[in-house]
Amino acid sequence: MLVIVDTGCANLASVGFAFERLGVRPVITGDADTISKAERIILPGVGAMPYAMQALKTRGLVEVLRAYTRPLMGICLGMQMLFETSAEGGASGLGLIEGGIDLLDTDGKPAPHMGWNRLDNLADDPILAGISPGDYVYFVHSYAARVRSETIATSRYGQSFSAIVRRGNIYGCQFHPERSGKVGAQILQNFLKVET
Amino acid sequence: MLARRIIPCLDVRGGRVVKGVQFRDHIDVGSILDLALKYRDAGADELVFYDITASVDARTISPDWISKVSHLLDIPFCVAGGINSVQSARARLEAGADKISVNSPALMRPELIDELSAAFGSQCIVVGVDSFEDTDTHTYRVKSHTGAAAATLDTGRFTLDWVQEAVGRGAGEIVLNCMNQDGVRKGYDIAQLKAVREICPVPLIASGGAGTVSHFEDVFKLADVDGALAASVFHKNILPIPSLKADLKAKNIEIRI
Repeated sequence: MLVIVDTGCANLASVGFAFERLGVRPVITGDADTISKAERIILPGVGAMPYAMQALKTRGLVEVLRAYTRPLMGICLGMQMLFETSAEGGASGLGLIEGGIDLLDTDGKPAPHMGWNRLDNLADDPILAGISPGDYVYFVHSYAARVRSETIATSRYGQSFSAIVRRGNIYGCQFHPERSGKVGAQILQNFLKVET
Repeated sequence: MLARRIIPCLDVRGGRVVKGVQFRDHIDVGSILDLALKYRDAGADELVFYDITASVDARTISPDWISKVSHLLDIPFCVAGGINSVQSARARLEAGADKISVNSPALMRPELIDELSAAFGSQCIVVGVDSFEDTDTHTYRVKSHTGAAAATLDTGRFTLDWVQEAVGRGAGEIVLNCMNQDGVRKGYDIAQLKAVREICPVPLIASGGAGTVSHFEDVFKLADVDGALAASVFHKNILPIPSLKADLKAKNIEIRI
């Protein structure tokens, strides 16, 4: 069973629809027991990190997610929540990946970073099966993880940053695969095939 | 590199997509879901749905078709039309819209922008600005309630001031509809867009006037906008999106093919 964690953020429906287009009907829930038993988890998120982390705390989900060992994918703010800290409001994250999220230095370009940008520096990873350097995905964000040892794909807007990170069974996508056309659908399909 | 966005705009009235000329004389161009699919398949980077009569009729658009569109689309889309509260915005975002755009209600009560960006984050709050050039005074000014000619009001605001205020209040993107150009396919208002680009630190989308490939080339190269919105050239198949995008890419504009 695929579970989408109800983070109280407003884009849950579109993430769920993306999996339905792949023929999978996910369960959207904030219930700790259901989440801890899930085969795979999607942690979506839009908005501000302090608010989103507070929503997880209120639902008693911080420890549940920290203890989860099967495949988990954080999307956009959900990816940023995987880290220890964020420059956004000085928030603490789940700490599943070491380090922090920084404000993206756009080098004078308009912010937030919004639109279709290229994936590059792709690692040999099952989540990237069928994906080529230069493929476009859809980003909307102001904060980002710098390129680091967990980075398996980068993108560039003013500076290079982590487009996808992986640590063990924990994946994070800074972009929105649910809104990234065929490329995004392929990544979600790959996530469904990652071995538990 | 971030790609420049090509954005078909679907004006919605009474559950159908319509198109007017200079905000008047609307004709039916098809069903919402059929056109959403058509433009997705053609390679649109994003879609915008405007319920053009919502503010005029003092009602807001239905989340019903938003959910259907969200189910269908694997590209982002924005909805607009009479959204005047956190509650009405939430209903649309929860139905699956990626962004919401506000126009007339924000002019009537600018605090709405602060409330929406605090609740959902700036990244999904778009402010649409209907701007016209007062050719007597050579100033750009803002109109509201442009969905019906009889209801349209001159707000007395200057466009550059309003854009700065909207961004300061938390707008994450500005769509500038240049009214002198709308629906006449004579080209985007480059001078006005350049003036707004200079003071706009968030993504800026050009709207109004697209007729040829060179109009798109000019607006990206000369006004440095992040995206270009158009309706009639796409609805009437004057510029099919695949060939438009190929032509722009050939002119060294970063475009997602």
